[in-house]
Amino acid sequence: MEKDQVNPDFKVVIIGGSAGSLNVLMQILPQLPAIKSFAIVIVVHRKSTDEQTFEELIELKSAVKVKQVEDKVPLLPGFIYVAPSNYHLLFEKNNTLSLDTSEKVNYSRPSIDVSFESAAEVYKNQLVGILLSGSNADGTNGLKVIQNEGGTVIVQNPESADMPFMPNNAIQNMIPDYILNIQEILQFILSMDN
Amino acid sequence: MIEDIELETLINEVYEYYGFDFGSYSRASLKRRVNRIYHLDGFTHFEQFLSKVRSDPEYYRHMVDEITVNVTEMFRDPSFYTVIRNQILPLLGTKPFIRLWHAGCSTGEEVYSMAILLKEAGLLQKSLIYATDINAKVLETAKKGIFPLRMMKEYSENYRDSGGKEDFSNYYTANYGIAKFNEELAQKMVFSQHNLVSDTSFNEFDIIFCRNVLIYFDNDLQKRAINLFDDSLAVLGFLALGTKETIKYSISPGKYKQLDREKIWRKIK
Repeated sequence: MEKDQVNPDFKVVIIGGSAGSLNVLMQILPQLPAIKSFAIVIVVHRKSTDEQTFEELIELKSAVKVKQVEDKVPLLPGFIYVAPSNYHLLFEKNNTLSLDTSEKVNYSRPSIDVSFESAAEVYKNQLVGILLSGSNADGTNGLKVIQNEGGTVIVQNPESADMPFMPNNAIQNMIPDYILNIQEILQFILSMDN
Repeated sequence: MIEDIELETLINEVYEYYGFDFGSYSRASLKRRVNRIYHLDGFTHFEQFLSKVRSDPEYYRHMVDEITVNVTEMFRDPSFYTVIRNQILPLLGTKPFIRLWHAGCSTGEEVYSMAILLKEAGLLQKSLIYATDINAKVLETAKKGIFPLRMMKEYSENYRDSGGKEDFSNYYTANYGIAKFNEELAQKMVFSQHNLVSDTSFNEFDIIFCRNVLIYFDNDLQKRAINLFDDSLAVLGFLALGTKETIKYSISPGKYKQLDREKIWRKIK
């Protein structure tokens, strides 16, 4: 089935974060109107017990609809998808999402690097990768791959992050297209439907 | 990173030389796994890797062992085991004999978890647990019932969260970094190689577990596997999948009834 590859005709915003990132997401997502031309995928490190609560919170506060991620769920513009805890989240060429329970990467599952790399391979220049607050090195390699594949890379300004290590690590190892404060990230996402 | 076309070449060659068909495996995960072993084993040219796989059956087996994912744990998702303990076992317990199948059992952690539940429910003696995998190496580990001692803290927490009341450490003997599970638990286990891609049904079961295996298959192969389980399940038997897996793309609705929010379906006709 993956052989029937079609060029995705929509954009994907993939957001990775760890400690301190939920707070950032809750400043951004509730400000978004219903989105049309792109999908948002969120990969954050968290405890499995928080899982439902976070998705319910987004559903409650945001105008964008949340689609529950199950294996092989179609990825569609207009929706938010959140990587389930304890699985890596991967992207298939037929615009579906796959899950994987293989070894942790950067002590993490889901790993941001794994999802960024996989998304970059499928969505190429249609992909925007955003790395938020966190205290681990996950995400940096993924951002490099996104950039190599022609996608756009945004790193949260470490000065605006509760845990600056993760965005700092990215900035020290690559040149992001944008380094933005929380409100600027929101403006960037808002501009994507224009 | 290896190229898509290289991955397809590998899939074709493996099928041609060894008859094993990875063609219906999910590409995103398979590509990561092949890429991982390619780099771990120090290859720099794809041709070189391909020729090693073709000419060296030993290496081919090693590659298959490495690209199939064998990460598993005891009492993974404790709430799942709570439902098995409180809702499913009382139903199965009314039968004179209970047949269970763990398909894609890997190193057996979930099989031993189940044996513990059966023992605590007083049902182990009348049960038979089939445990299968395509990977012969992991089955050897599963047979021995030996798991890393460092995992026991987490497993014992999972066990307790699932409603376990016993002292978890009574189920194993600790020795030099390993935990050897009591022989009694393994008495009713039968291990055997079975391939969900190509093998057929081999018995009728009251419950089938296949958790976090189908995620590595594409939709067509998922459909095949689920229909194979359907052929292998008694009416009113149960099918238990991983927490993010579903039968809804694979089988006609109405044939199975889902238990609340759990990934457990009962065959109703």
